[in-house]
Amino acid sequence: MGLPLEQILIQTLNGLVTGMILALIASGLTLIFGIMDVVNFAHGELFMLGAYVGTTTMALSGNFWLALVVSTMSIALLGAVIQVTTLRPLLGRDPLTTILATFGISLVLQNYALWQYGPVPRKLTEPITGHFNFFYLEYPWYRIAIALLSGAIITALYLFLKYGRYGIWIRATTQDRVMAAAMGIPVPLVHTIVFAIGAGMAAASGVLFGPLIGVNHAMGLDWVLKAFIVVVVGGMGNLGGSILASIFVSLLEAYASLWVSPAQAVIFSFVALILTLLFRPTGLFVPTPK
Amino acid sequence: MSAGAATAAARVAAPPSSVGHWTAFAAVLVLLVVAPLALPEFWRRFVTEILIWGLLAMSSDILIGYTGMVSFGHSAFFGLGIYGAATALLTVRPPNLWLATLYGLVAAAIVAAFVAYFSTRLRDIYFSITTLVFSQIFYVIIFTWTAVTGGENGLTFARPPLAVPGLFSAPFTPETLHWFVLAVVAASYLILRRIMRSPFGMVLQAIRENEPRTRAIGYHVERYKIMSVMLSGCFAGLAGVLYALQNKFAAPDFVFFLISGEVVIWNVMGGIGTLIGPVVGAAFFLLLRETLSRFLTEYYLIPVGLIFTAMVIFMPQGLLGFLRRQLNR
Repeated sequence: MGLPLEQILIQTLNGLVTGMILALIASGLTLIFGIMDVVNFAHGELFMLGAYVGTTTMALSGNFWLALVVSTMSIALLGAVIQVTTLRPLLGRDPLTTILATFGISLVLQNYALWQYGPVPRKLTEPITGHFNFFYLEYPWYRIAIALLSGAIITALYLFLKYGRYGIWIRATTQDRVMAAAMGIPVPLVHTIVFAIGAGMAAASGVLFGPLIGVNHAMGLDWVLKAFIVVVVGGMGNLGGSILASIFVSLLEAYASLWVSPAQAVIFSFVALILTLLFRPTGLFVPTPK
Repeated sequence: MSAGAATAAARVAAPPSSVGHWTAFAAVLVLLVVAPLALPEFWRRFVTEILIWGLLAMSSDILIGYTGMVSFGHSAFFGLGIYGAATALLTVRPPNLWLATLYGLVAAAIVAAFVAYFSTRLRDIYFSITTLVFSQIFYVIIFTWTAVTGGENGLTFARPPLAVPGLFSAPFTPETLHWFVLAVVAASYLILRRIMRSPFGMVLQAIRENEPRTRAIGYHVERYKIMSVMLSGCFAGLAGVLYALQNKFAAPDFVFFLISGEVVIWNVMGGIGTLIGPVVGAAFFLLLRETLSRFLTEYYLIPVGLIFTAMVIFMPQGLLGFLRRQLNR
């Protein structure tokens, strides 16, 4: 069947926008995994709660950007509390126990949101309402804005890790936990901060993405699965890899949904994940280990 | 890690206290046999459900507790067991109990073979994530393939009669259904216990304790892992068949990964590597849910999640291990 060029281009743009949001979620997840060996099953719930805190702040203040900041900060704080109360005692145990513990937390958070906000999805209004003409579509500027903003946040994270004092501590802890502790780096504090940063990034993406999908208590499930796929395809704990993988997976799903329904398009990313695990278990976008 | 290895070693080395074990087993069995006669309708149904979910939990213990692989995809095997039984009950006239069981087991076994082939090449969390993703693939297929699976609405069917060909045939009553489920679950427990104490089961436990060494001794580790996933998947499918008989409908929700998550919760709550522990865990979880949901309605998962997280941190051997320790003190 003939596919008009414009449809492909539109899907490319859609894929890139979704990819940037996914990269924002996944980079928090991969940061947490790379540094703490923690597979954070509750990441999707932090994303979801971030979006809800966004709606509440938005209702109170009417300012989207304020909502973004408040939500990021409060979920980062929540992340720090979760890390100190449940993950710190598990340090040094099998990484699988962290999956179980964060799974328990995700149940609590998800049902707390259901209890607090009810089952009816909430709407977050977008701060930028302009459109531009893209072939036959009126493409909203807001989508372009969130892609750029996600890119900016990820770049800021990268610069922080590369040059910031605490960023260097974080990277040192990733490389060798024991040696870092011996050099006087407060490793437990670094873990808490990393978890808080990851949680804050999940919340930020929740607020940014909220206007596009509607906020409900189950939205975390879909996205945490996607973020897992991305993190594994990109190579666990590899920030650059997971960003590339986010864009790759989102484009794959966007193109696939030209032929099949979006619900079935997910299967394509599942297959990409399984093929990656079988043939390049270290990740698609990292150099082949010698 | 070393503490975990130590308790695991103690578990392996513990002498089989057979007399006490069999007395307790017989006592529980007698209680469960008379349960439907003594309990009101609601609680009878509840006990039957606990047995079915308990079998599912027991099947995943083969992977989690014995081979040391945490499966987050047991809902796929369980769900395919349900859908397999549904296929037999909807297409073959008259509906036949044993054919439904066969279909369910074959469906679960095929899926288990497929999942096992790919996932056993990976270890630890990668295994968990792969099983999770496979179960989601089956969920998406079942959810979207409306023509065959009924999509979101699922399938409803009639319960077949309890029949032995050439001997007798009688429709299931609540009591006979309970006894049938009890017989299947008890037989499964005995079979699995025997398998786990056989040389095959010992190799699985060796893989859990030290995979490279097991390989170095000369065992074909991958083959054993595939076998253990398939064994586990078949018994999960059997639980699915029983669930289909009990509830007379199949829905995609049973393939969704939340079921897999609950199975892992039951294992951790009850105590892994004991076969009976996960059943206790399932019973504990379902009772907790039943009591809490009376006054918390659907928000019961908030306290359940908190209790579960606390148990992961403070009670890593589960209820059974905890009790055993308290008794030995």
